[in-house]
Amino acid sequence: MSAQLTQFLLTGLTIGAIYALVALGFAIIYNASHVINFAQGEFVMIGGMATVSLIQLGLPLLPAIALAVAAAVLVGMALERFAIEPARGASATTLIIITIGASILLRGLAILVWDKKLHTVPSFSGDTPIQIGQATLLPQSLWVMGITLVIVLLLGWFFGRTLIGKAVLATSHNPVAAQLCGINVRFVLFLSFGLSAGLGAVAGILIAPITLTSWDVGVMLGLKGFAAAILGGLGSGVGAVVGGLVLGIAESLGAGYVSSAYKDAIAFIIILAVLFFMPSGLFGKKSPDRV
Amino acid sequence: MSQVQLKVSALTKTFGGFNAVEDVSFDIAKGKVHSIIGPNGAGKTTMLNMLTGVYEPSRGTVELEGQDITGLAPHALAGRGMARTFQNLQIFFNMTAIENVMVGRHLHECAGWFAAMLRLPGLSAGERESRREAAELMHFVGLGDYLHAEADSMPYGALKRLEIARALAGKPKILLLDEPAAGLNATETRDIDALITKLAQSGITVVLVEHDMHLVMGVSDHIVVLDYGRKLCEGSAQVVRNDPRVIEAYLGSEESVSC
Amino acid sequence: MKWMSPRTGGLAALAALVLLLPLAMANNYWYEVAIQVGLNAMVCVGLNLLIGYAGQISLGHAGFFGLGAYGTAILATRYGLPPALALVVTNAAVALLALLVGRPILRLKGHYLAMATLGMGIIISIVVVTEDRFTGGPDGMSVPALSVFGQEISGERMWYWLIGGALVATVALALNLIESPMGRALRALNGSEVGARVSGIDATRAKVGVFVLSAVLASVAGGLMAHYSGFITPGKASFFHSIELVAMVVFGGMSSTFGAVIGAAALTLLPQLLTVLKDYEMVVFGGVMVVTMIFFPRGFLPSLMLLIARKRK
Repeated sequence: MSAQLTQFLLTGLTIGAIYALVALGFAIIYNASHVINFAQGEFVMIGGMATVSLIQLGLPLLPAIALAVAAAVLVGMALERFAIEPARGASATTLIIITIGASILLRGLAILVWDKKLHTVPSFSGDTPIQIGQATLLPQSLWVMGITLVIVLLLGWFFGRTLIGKAVLATSHNPVAAQLCGINVRFVLFLSFGLSAGLGAVAGILIAPITLTSWDVGVMLGLKGFAAAILGGLGSGVGAVVGGLVLGIAESLGAGYVSSAYKDAIAFIIILAVLFFMPSGLFGKKSPDRV
Repeated sequence: MSQVQLKVSALTKTFGGFNAVEDVSFDIAKGKVHSIIGPNGAGKTTMLNMLTGVYEPSRGTVELEGQDITGLAPHALAGRGMARTFQNLQIFFNMTAIENVMVGRHLHECAGWFAAMLRLPGLSAGERESRREAAELMHFVGLGDYLHAEADSMPYGALKRLEIARALAGKPKILLLDEPAAGLNATETRDIDALITKLAQSGITVVLVEHDMHLVMGVSDHIVVLDYGRKLCEGSAQVVRNDPRVIEAYLGSEESVSC
Repeated sequence: MKWMSPRTGGLAALAALVLLLPLAMANNYWYEVAIQVGLNAMVCVGLNLLIGYAGQISLGHAGFFGLGAYGTAILATRYGLPPALALVVTNAAVALLALLVGRPILRLKGHYLAMATLGMGIIISIVVVTEDRFTGGPDGMSVPALSVFGQEISGERMWYWLIGGALVATVALALNLIESPMGRALRALNGSEVGARVSGIDATRAKVGVFVLSAVLASVAGGLMAHYSGFITPGKASFFHSIELVAMVVFGGMSSTFGAVIGAAALTLLPQLLTVLKDYEMVVFGGVMVVTMIFFPRGFLPSLMLLIARKRK
């Protein structure tokens, strides 16, 4: 395999892992509430920016990260409580507009709390590139891929093996039946939003050392994570991860071999292609309309 | 001897391995009242949905006056003179009652975009005509009291009749009614009964999917019985009520069950 | 009485407002604001037909606005077409594009439709920024002035009359459409798509039709804006602008043409009033969207009217 191809693949896997985390966040919220959370990208932003602030205040890296993720989780739960909960039963259009409004609100707050500049976060273990054959890899990329893998495995265990995880899945399939079985649906919603926010924040912190962070870094990352979720099939965890990796690699290869100027367009072309030809994505379920 | 208006041949609908309707054939004669009956899950609504283009048949054909109409879209079938009502009301709650009926007349109206936007002369006259005919139809089905009502303020029984008025507005050759008496009390059911008889007398072919045995036996010229997606038997009310297979599968006792 | 129906009454009121507003406007600044409102209102009337009446959604309409602006700018600048002709050609092209893209997109519903329109809008905005040989890229490009029948349209006052007239015409067209059989067909689609289909309405054709109409209105507004400003930047085709437009329609109440106009006015004026609080602009905008949709899902204005009506009783 040529050095160039290896390089593109490694870059693609790195950013793909980030997209996978963001896409998982979309999937979890969509499963719990059938809401497409346009504010997902802002959790990514909060993760990165909060870490920057906490480090500036003097905290060491690890506590800063932990607190930043916690902050994002709180914002996620607040979003559910104050923006989604009051609009129970509203139409799809209404909910979409609410989450879009929430994302604008969060970005507006970010400008006030922080500023409009780009900020850096230190790499977790230095910046010396690692040689892999003829390609180089930043140590941070290994962190990105490694931690994403760990998180995906943890989530797999959570949803597949723990009682709470199964309760969340049950709620997504049939909220009424879940309630009748004694599952606290409101708690499940809180958990889902909090979990998704946490995932987004982790993604933001992982990638910040490589791509820098700022008040509006969440817009594109959110939309691309969303494209990955649609590619994988909205609501499918496996799909989110696969979709994220595929999108990351497609972007990297596209930018390298076709046109780097149109790199950003790849995600949206994928959205259109999936919606036109395969709306339920790679792993999603088709549901027929009953009349 | 009535001519065959609608010919159903070997119609089948499969949903992922499950045959909702399997190999059903029958003829609908012009100007008569036909009923399709059967227990819950027998495939009655699926059959109706196939006849009206809402579902595409997996196999089989439907012919209207000799022309193959299998798999045509609902609006194309409306153009060929088929109209229907729904078991779960599909009323336009965002419009007034009379506007609901006017929509039924869509194919007889001038639906051009430019004519509409520029408010060309013919349009206003057409609108008045539409409104008048819609009002007449509302009187015909007994909804004279609701001429100025909003659809979302009307009671269930009235809405069922509103849907029938909407279906009639297109001046159809065949009217297919999906459980017109569902959810109605005894009085309202008698009113529907009378309306269906009135419709039949006006020469329109009526196809009824129904649960209510009294209604069906009283008003039908011809009945098709479905069970588990297959045709069990067909014939006049007399023939069907005495068929042992039908009695065993469905009727059970002398007293009918109205769901 | 037919001639005093809400339709003619409202239209007359709008026309009167357009005619009389200059009396209240002391300087050019207010003319600029009025023109901005007029342009946004034109787009919103079209978008409202799509969202409010036909029950569809588009998160990418700024794309059509941007195409209208850049199309006429490029044809007039790089290809030397007279601006008036450039406008006509551009809008015809946008209509064709909307027709081609509309068919596959409008087979989708709900979330999926929103996503597809979002994707479409963003792709357009990326193309606008990237093809800088034609569009000047992120720095934008200049646009020649518009001439109609040899008379150059320049200065705030002339543009005010042109846009005011265009707005009144747009509202008239929309009102006529709504009260016609096709208008009823669109509303029926919103009420129950299958009910509309069995009544003889070709749902796809109707949806594509209103999509194309709303796309053309957006592109006409975009083209006019380009010639008025003399300079355009890619922000006009951005996702954020698409959201602003939807916010205006939603704020004004989704089943009223006049509501769309008022919504456009309100949300165009809001940033003007907030210039003092410039930093808080996004917070307020986002907050308004969230609060409106939670507490006034039918739109801020209709809910306000309902409240007033109830207080009267």
